[in-house]
Amino acid sequence: MEWFGISLALYALGGLAALCPRGDGAANILGAAGALAGSLAGLAAFCLAPASAQAQVVLPWGLPIGALALGLDPASRLFLLPVSLLGAACAVSGAASLAGHGHDGGGGHGRIGAHWFFFNMLLAGLSLVMAARDAVCFLLAWEIMSLAPFFLIGFHDEEVEVREAAWVYLVAAHLGAVCLLAFFSLFFTAAGATGFDALALAAADGRLGAPSLLFLLALAGFGAKAGFYPFHVWLPEAHPAAPSHVSAMLSGAMISAGIYGLWRAAELLGPGAAWWGWALVAVGTVSAALGILQGLAQANLKRLLAYSSVENMGLACLGLGLGLIGRAGGNETMAALGLTGAVFGVCNHAAFKGLLFLCAGEVLHAVGSVRLGHLGGLGKRLPVVGGSFLLAATGIAGLPPLAGFAGEMALALALLEGLFLPGLLPRVAMAAALAVVAGVGGCALAALAKAGGLAFLGEPRTPAAAKALPPGPAARAALLFLAGVILVAAVFAPALFSLAGQAALAFPGLDPAPARAALAEATAILAAIGRVGLALAALVALLLFLRRRLTAAHGSRREPTWGCGYLAPTTRMQYGPGSFVEPAARVLGPAMGLKAHLDMDTGYFPARARLVVSAPDRLRLSVFTPLFEAVGKACDALKVVQHGRVHLYILYVLATVVLLLAWKL
Amino acid sequence: MHAALHLLLALALAPLVPGIVNRVKARVGGRAGKPLLQTYFDLAKLVRKGVVISETASWVVWAGPIVSLAAVACGLLLLPGPGTPAPVAFGGDFLLLAYLLGLSRLALVLAALDTGSSFEGMGASREAVFSALAEPVLFLCFLSLCAGSGGLSLSTMLALPSPGPVTAERLFVPVILFVLLLVENCRIPVDDPNTHLELTMIHEVMVLDHSGPDLAAVVYGAALKLWIFCALTALTLTPASGLSPLAAWGVFGGLMLVVAVAVGLVESAMARLRLLRVPRLLGWAGALVALSLVLSVWR
Repeated sequence: MEWFGISLALYALGGLAALCPRGDGAANILGAAGALAGSLAGLAAFCLAPASAQAQVVLPWGLPIGALALGLDPASRLFLLPVSLLGAACAVSGAASLAGHGHDGGGGHGRIGAHWFFFNMLLAGLSLVMAARDAVCFLLAWEIMSLAPFFLIGFHDEEVEVREAAWVYLVAAHLGAVCLLAFFSLFFTAAGATGFDALALAAADGRLGAPSLLFLLALAGFGAKAGFYPFHVWLPEAHPAAPSHVSAMLSGAMISAGIYGLWRAAELLGPGAAWWGWALVAVGTVSAALGILQGLAQANLKRLLAYSSVENMGLACLGLGLGLIGRAGGNETMAALGLTGAVFGVCNHAAFKGLLFLCAGEVLHAVGSVRLGHLGGLGKRLPVVGGSFLLAATGIAGLPPLAGFAGEMALALALLEGLFLPGLLPRVAMAAALAVVAGVGGCALAALAKAGGLAFLGEPRTPAAAKALPPGPAARAALLFLAGVILVAAVFAPALFSLAGQAALAFPGLDPAPARAALAEATAILAAIGRVGLALAALVALLLFLRRRLTAAHGSRREPTWGCGYLAPTTRMQYGPGSFVEPAARVLGPAMGLKAHLDMDTGYFPARARLVVSAPDRLRLSVFTPLFEAVGKACDALKVVQHGRVHLYILYVLATVVLLLAWKL
Repeated sequence: MHAALHLLLALALAPLVPGIVNRVKARVGGRAGKPLLQTYFDLAKLVRKGVVISETASWVVWAGPIVSLAAVACGLLLLPGPGTPAPVAFGGDFLLLAYLLGLSRLALVLAALDTGSSFEGMGASREAVFSALAEPVLFLCFLSLCAGSGGLSLSTMLALPSPGPVTAERLFVPVILFVLLLVENCRIPVDDPNTHLELTMIHEVMVLDHSGPDLAAVVYGAALKLWIFCALTALTLTPASGLSPLAAWGVFGGLMLVVAVAVGLVESAMARLRLLRVPRLLGWAGALVALSLVLSVWR
């Protein structure tokens, strides 16, 4: 708890120091140093406390209701880990990318200080959200955490798209916050107190009027933050617009706050109806499947990564759902594995997605674009970036030697448990969910192969890509740090998994003995998988050695890529983002939301043709845009009463006061 | 002991399977055909050759085949023998097998994209998509076996079944696994492994720029993958228990031969499907295996 306090204080100090007017360079260094130091203190807080420890403090504050109650338990610690890890990496990478930024085109003077202030606010808000043990405190922290990214996303606010993306983010964040306000208000009126303990007690006593309504409010409110399917529309807008270290932070740490919130809400509401779990399973599978299919369709690297986040949060939601089904049905194995899979998946996602976004940021720096059609061949010019990207891509596709597979394995084991549930329908539903997870895995592989392959392999598609320059030492250090974390996590996956299991064991309503047995069994399975991974590594090393011996003996030479007899190939002939997904689009086009627009002369001597393949978010275009336009029109009608004449405004006030008095009388 | 035996058998005999398939095709077509051991000769020739690497390519192009071969070979660790458990067996190990095959595929796809050739990009994109479509079907096959046998590991679900009436999963799953064998190994109704240009659009076209030991790794890896799928199909067909270990191995060997011959016969009798038809084929397979799953869950 002390280290946690130190970390918060360092974030605050860093944020304030960045605001002191001493020029952009100093602000950049001070703000980043605060974020880095705070994150390292947060890491110390994680490493120095035993995994199952509980800690709580209540500090005085001046507000009439609520209390500044902070606490750390296993779940909080695990959800804080991504914040600290990514905070450190993103602070360094961000400082490197913003250095010298104040002069050229981008943000003006003094903006870097504000940027670092809000970055530190985001980190502090995230930390407070995970530690809050009181509804009012939680909502305040949630608001800090939700508001800071608005200013971070709008860093390049001279561009229209960036301003729009920031607005979309703000609207989504606050529509979610409204649901949360309603959730906690209803809870408060039933419980009469705001502390989480009191709320849980009220739920356990059956004093809640409609717990299912509360559950739905929590699902909508936290789901908007996590980016579950109907509420995901802000993700693909905000991530490409924000600076890359901010995208990494948002995608790696902030959206997992949604999962954390759902976790807490499930704890507070206590064992409820089984359909809560089924609802989460349904939302999770739909988010995972549609998220990755739309991701596969994207031609913009950052949008692709954003949709992949929708997929990963969907899988975490699926895990939570399995936890709730298991808890409601007394199936501790399924509950423990599902919950552990969810939190382990969130931690994995943070490391992988953080690294992927930082790599995308280096690509943006080096080439000036993240459209896959403008990239290519970067692996040779930026070897550290390319290697890190391919490593993280392998991890996020859930492939075996890395820890991503362990998370998917836990989810799959929980789903397999469902094959032996009572009743035909639940069994078939679980099997269908597992089949969807398998398909999602395959599509994730295709999407990440597309991203990594088209950006970093092959020939450069534009002159800018051919002249790309590698990042500086600080940015490289941030990438290598995260890559190192991924490799260490791969080696110690079973140990980390049983650490994550502590959070599931602390989940109220589970019988600890069978849950512990299930986790021990799963850890043993992961150890076996680790041995296969070791065999894989050894085999690769052996084959590399053999290949080196053979090529040394028989020679190796370089020739142009074989063009099937055609001697004048150009780089435009390479497979691009549109052509790569063409086979998928023929089958899954509607689900992927791909639009092809072909402009072709139909005459006998056709002139130049034009083909544009795009993948706009169908849901945003067909549901949200019309909806908000209608709301905007309705609000326009109110302009009649808003005309700028002050004396009339005073009349409104007077009329309101009189009416209120009359009503009271 | 038996487990290690299967591993060694697979490593040694896998290149024989493509030889059998080719011999069957040749005989049906009225030709004498290549020697049965042709794949061994090819491998021996390839490892003694130098390597030609594309100027465009980076380290990925030669690391790909190595990772791919290593991943498939590790997949063999999870494959049980007839009536004997695999060297590594645990609940849900079929996931590891499927994802190891996925790793092998990713490595080859990236190696293909690394050459910057449009042909190889085409193969890579098709391989990625068709395999993504085949993955749920494969999982449903395993789930159907899980639900039917009550075991969550390949070694228990493929153990010799008890005598009794033919169950749904024993009826449909071998057929579906055979279809998946054709899809995943790029055999004829899906892809033509014998041509190198316009008619071959998936696996062979991805490795056009590999040569020497790298190509040997690709060829050997493909043979091992074919072995894995043949063995899975054969194991689901291995008949009722009560066989001595020797007889079980004999039956298994015979069934492997049958599956290989069946692949050859299918390749002789059919033309390559239009690519658009492949997802439809997988859709039918998926529907059939879903039916089998529901039937086996129902019991």
